[in-house]
Amino acid sequence: MNKITNNKAWFLVLPVFFIVAISAIIPLMTVVNYSVQDIFDPQTRFFVGADWFRQVLEDSRLHDALIRQIIYTGSVLFIEIPLGIGIALTLPRKGWGVSACMVLLALPLLIPWNVVGTIWQIFGRADIGLGGYALNMIGMDYNYSQNPMDAWVTVLVMDVWHWTSLIVLLCYAGLRSIPDAYYQAAKIDGASNWAVFRFIQLPKMQSVLVIGVLLRFMDSFMIYTEPFVLTGGGPGTATTFLSQFLVTIAVGQFDLGPAAAFSLIYFLIILLVCWVFYTVVMNAGKREEQ
Amino acid sequence: MRFQKRHIALLLYIVFLLLPIYWLFNMSIKTNSEILGAMTLFPENPTLANYATILTDPAWYSGYINSMIYVGINVVISLLVALPAAYAFSRYNFTGDKHLFFWLLTNRMAPPAVFLLPFFQLYSSVGLFDTHIAVALAHCLFNVPLAVWILEGFMSGIPKEIDETAYIDGYSFPRFFTTIFIPLIRSGIGVTAFFCFMFSWVELLLARTLTSVDAKPIVATMTRTVSASGLDWGVLAAAGVLTIVPGALVIWFVRNYIAKGFAMGRV
Repeated sequence: MNKITNNKAWFLVLPVFFIVAISAIIPLMTVVNYSVQDIFDPQTRFFVGADWFRQVLEDSRLHDALIRQIIYTGSVLFIEIPLGIGIALTLPRKGWGVSACMVLLALPLLIPWNVVGTIWQIFGRADIGLGGYALNMIGMDYNYSQNPMDAWVTVLVMDVWHWTSLIVLLCYAGLRSIPDAYYQAAKIDGASNWAVFRFIQLPKMQSVLVIGVLLRFMDSFMIYTEPFVLTGGGPGTATTFLSQFLVTIAVGQFDLGPAAAFSLIYFLIILLVCWVFYTVVMNAGKREEQ
Repeated sequence: MRFQKRHIALLLYIVFLLLPIYWLFNMSIKTNSEILGAMTLFPENPTLANYATILTDPAWYSGYINSMIYVGINVVISLLVALPAAYAFSRYNFTGDKHLFFWLLTNRMAPPAVFLLPFFQLYSSVGLFDTHIAVALAHCLFNVPLAVWILEGFMSGIPKEIDETAYIDGYSFPRFFTTIFIPLIRSGIGVTAFFCFMFSWVELLLARTLTSVDAKPIVATMTRTVSASGLDWGVLAAAGVLTIVPGALVIWFVRNYIAKGFAMGRV
């Protein structure tokens, strides 16, 4: 759609600008302020330059958390994307089943994040939870509050349970935009199921998949609530991801300087990915218009 | 419809989705002695006592009321500011529009943990700590961008000729916007309201940090119960079930737009 150039449109945007400025720019400036000063109390503060940044970047706990975060986010994407595509292909195309599946699939997405944690906390316990009980019954020594590996896997399964539906719904939206004629043509050509998937379905899902991958990347990169409720970041530090680590040093230990420096680094990573997301989405929009 | 292998896969996946939710519900209608005593797939003596506890104890039900209040305020603020802005983004080019649109997105993607401390100090210093409005404003951080993006997606689907015809017919902008345009994107507004509601309802970190007693949301009540005193699993499960109810009730109405909402209007 070709738009009219009109700078009066700024008046329509001003309310949004102000409200987001209050809730984003002012706090961000506070963070910048903290990140370059050592504050003992409101009257006593020293300018320390980039010391906090240096300290944070050399902090081995941060490195560990970052590595854990990257492995975790990688695993999330590696499992959820193929699984989501697979499930989307199995969904019925018409009839009452479509609405029923939509609603059932979307259910985990609408549950408050801490309740997701609670659900799996209950479900995974060996004494009162169905999942943990069943695993122990078949002879596995499963205990997510003692064994780091079990805890890590539980957090991962919880994320798959919570968010795969998002990928399914996005892919399904992409699949529905394929006209029936394409399938008929493929049938006449005698195309195999794989060929249909590779040359008809996958290209149509491409743009929604990009959105799906980036949303899952961002959200799993800042995951906090679910592991916090389920394991509290433990046992040890097995499930302490970046957000958890940040909250621990900011609120738990009240180390404002390092926390602020770390926040800014964290934010820059997010900003970079965001920019990729924006460019890709906007280009996809342009290609569709042509 | 023939029964195929793929239906089995779908069925298994849906069972995987529903089993943990069923277990939560199952526990919410058991007594504590049954929860801790034996592993039963179905409750032997179904009881509503856990729900009764929540609905009669102010410490519990005030959590729901507090959550409802700040979520409501947040939805109203988000929609009011996002409607004109989304219209501007979908209809006009103006200086810095692309940068502004991108900047909004970065706020949706920003980790709330980064804003935790500054929010706490900002709202404490202006005396808004532990009020509903503080949480509502804090949630605007991600909900206003979300609302703008979703609404822009819906508005771009309305042909621009409608605007032009209305202006030629002598409608002023405010009159056109309220009497013609808003009715046209009713469903878009409904979907946006649903998603603002949802994301504000499910958020824990900011809501918990900005409140202590008077505006304590239900999600915080739940996590604090876990850390304090002996665990009452039955009541905790019942509280969990009650937080799922609002989403489950309205999801039917937005079922065709779920993907669009979660993808910020970009599907």
